[in-house]
Amino acid sequence: MSEKELGQKWDRCLADCAVKFGTGLGLGIVFSVVFFKRRTWPIVFGTGLGLGMAYSNCQNDLRSRYVLHSKYFSFEQK
Amino acid sequence: MLRVCWKGAHAAARQCVCGKVKAHPLQLCRRYSTAGDSGSTAGKIVAASLLTVGGGLGGTILYAKWDPKFRANVEKSVPYSDQLFEMALGPPPPPLVTLQKKPGKIEPLQISSLSEASKESKQPKAKAKKSDPAPVEAPAAVEEAPAPTPQTLKEASAEAAHIISAIGEVPSVPAPGTSDESPPGHTAADEECKDHHEPVLKERPAEEVTARLAQQDKAEQDALAALTAGLEESLGSTAKTTLQAIGAQEAALTAIAAHTNKLKEAMDSQTPPDEKSSQWKALNEALSERTRAMEEAEEALLKAKGELENLSGVINSSKQSKINTARPQILAAEENLHSMIVDLDKVVTKVQTAQTEAKIVSQYSELVNEAKAQFQQELANITPEIQANWKRLSGKLSADDLNSLIAHAHRRIDQLNRELAEQRVREQIHIEVALEQQKLEDQKALERAVVSALEHSREDMRLEQEKKAQEVREVMEAEMRTQLRRQAAAHTDHLRDVLKVQEQELREEAQEILNSKMMEQETHYRRLTQEQLDTFTLDMNAAYARLKGIEEAIDSHVIAEEEARKAHQLWLSVEALNYTLKSAGADFPTEPLEGAVGVIKENCAGNEFAQALATAIPEESLSRGIYSEASLRARFFDIRRLARRVALIDETRNSLYQYFLSYLQSVLLFEREQVAPPAKLAPEDLDTFKLLAYANYSIERGDLELAAKFVNQLRGESQRVAQDWLKEARLTLETKQVISLLSAYANAVGLGTTQAP
Repeated sequence: MSEKELGQKWDRCLADCAVKFGTGLGLGIVFSVVFFKRRTWPIVFGTGLGLGMAYSNCQNDLRSRYVLHSKYFSFEQK
Repeated sequence: MLRVCWKGAHAAARQCVCGKVKAHPLQLCRRYSTAGDSGSTAGKIVAASLLTVGGGLGGTILYAKWDPKFRANVEKSVPYSDQLFEMALGPPPPPLVTLQKKPGKIEPLQISSLSEASKESKQPKAKAKKSDPAPVEAPAAVEEAPAPTPQTLKEASAEAAHIISAIGEVPSVPAPGTSDESPPGHTAADEECKDHHEPVLKERPAEEVTARLAQQDKAEQDALAALTAGLEESLGSTAKTTLQAIGAQEAALTAIAAHTNKLKEAMDSQTPPDEKSSQWKALNEALSERTRAMEEAEEALLKAKGELENLSGVINSSKQSKINTARPQILAAEENLHSMIVDLDKVVTKVQTAQTEAKIVSQYSELVNEAKAQFQQELANITPEIQANWKRLSGKLSADDLNSLIAHAHRRIDQLNRELAEQRVREQIHIEVALEQQKLEDQKALERAVVSALEHSREDMRLEQEKKAQEVREVMEAEMRTQLRRQAAAHTDHLRDVLKVQEQELREEAQEILNSKMMEQETHYRRLTQEQLDTFTLDMNAAYARLKGIEEAIDSHVIAEEEARKAHQLWLSVEALNYTLKSAGADFPTEPLEGAVGVIKENCAGNEFAQALATAIPEESLSRGIYSEASLRARFFDIRRLARRVALIDETRNSLYQYFLSYLQSVLLFEREQVAPPAKLAPEDLDTFKLLAYANYSIERGDLELAAKFVNQLRGESQRVAQDWLKEARLTLETKQVISLLSAYANAVGLGTTQAP
């Protein structure tokens, strides 16, 4: 059903967001601990990265129907 | 990549901001720098615009003054310009009125002048013969009517003159009671013509004409008789008196001649003296005789002249009575008169010459007597004593007396010689004088003679002319009579021809009528027979038709029953299909409709319409079945909610932020859930929320079709969301439509095949 599609997309979106957020957080913590002497900024950076990616993905997913795909064609005039 | 983008964006923003900051001082500078000049430029601009406007206005007014059409155009297009123009230029010029009256006016003028010209041309052409004025006027009127283009006056008058001359040539019957005479003057003829233009000539009946003619003839005869009598009487009396006068004149002539002869004889002194006294006595007698004769002659001459005058008066009066037939008599009388006058004049001249001769002779005799007396006196003076005895002188004369006598005689001879010489000289003069006198007298006599001769010749000529005219007239009369006779003959011939032709025509007409009547009767008879035949055939045909009808009715009965059976079956199968529709549940579709539709197809194998309908049912419904309306309704609520949430999303707006905004809008927008849709959709009704409200309203009222229509109008994400629902709704609607058609068809067929009791 077409009405369910949107809901599905949102579900994916949220799931993706959660995953990315978690992953970002984790990586941030890891990097902060390992490379940056337990500074806050890598965590925040990682989280932000994760959220950003999730946001972008979500947007793209929701937008996917409206995006125009173009291809380059070269043909000679006869 | 994001970082790059971000950097780029920052740079752009910075540039923008800097650019803005940079632009401001320039603008400020520009404003400051142009502040001073702005006033003068503004003034220049104002002045230039005023100049342009004023120039345009002035130019328009001037051109409007010159061209009224342009003025009218401007007044029409610009509202208050007419007032402005009136103020500046005065009232507009009046429009040109086409002069259509002039050609109309010209024509009546020409026609009236035409009639006048024709009248004028009529007058000079008026002859003694009177032509009917009616035919003359009619062609003139005809001439006027068919003259479409206005001709020049000359042409029209020339044409009228032609026509009138042509008519004048035609010989016409002279109106009775008028005599042809050479018109005394032009004006009399004109008056006659004019008089006859006014009254209309009526044709008098024949008897009246003949009566009038007879009357006029009689009157003429009477007048003629009277005239001739008068003429003869006067002629007779004049002739008598003239003869008398002539006789008297001749007697006078003879008397004068005798007297002069006697006088001449007396002058001759060769007669003896005693006869002289008798001679003288005879002379005296002759003289007295002469005087008496002269007196008589004078008297007779006077009388004759009086009678002649009388006669001429009578002739003139008879001329004026204008009787045709008296003319020759008048002419004869005139001739007689003229001859009498001539004779009288001749005789008078003779008498006058004789008289002059006599005068000369008497003068001569007087002179002689005078000379004689003088001589005697002288002689007496010289010889007084001898004088008494002059007759007895023969032997008693003395020598002295003789010598004195001789001397006296010599003296006398000398004297006489001298006198003779003188006389000779004087004679010359006298002769000249006498010649001149004679010349004068001769001239006078000549003149008189010439005058009288001229008058006589004139009279002669006139009489001759009248005689000739009379002859010509007679000839003309005779010719006219012959022409009239010819015309009468032609008329009778013509009448005969016309009668023949008429007879022919009438005969033909009668024949035609007979033929037509016969034809009528025949056609009538034929028609009757035909009718009988027709009625018989009609009856036969009717009977045959009825037989055929009965047979057909029976056949159609059979067919109809068959049809009814088929229709019944169809209906049953359609009912089965309807029943299957009811097997739909809340959330799952009905059974597939294949079976029922197959049955229908079997049942209506021969029916094209039903076949077409059965095949028109969509595949999906056949294979899968359709959802019920109730389930669709339930589904619609979810759709509605979702569509409201994504109302703002479409191709251009589809970021997450827009999604958030759209959600916010759906939450904050308060509206009625169900709104009655209008009869016509306006563009502002194509808003998502409104459309959904209309659709909600319709679906609540059970109108799935209308709801589907409204949902179809959704655009963007809402449309995509409602796509499936719309598809299902379409399917259901289609199938339902086809089924309803089929059931209607089946009902109709069933109704059609049921037979009335």
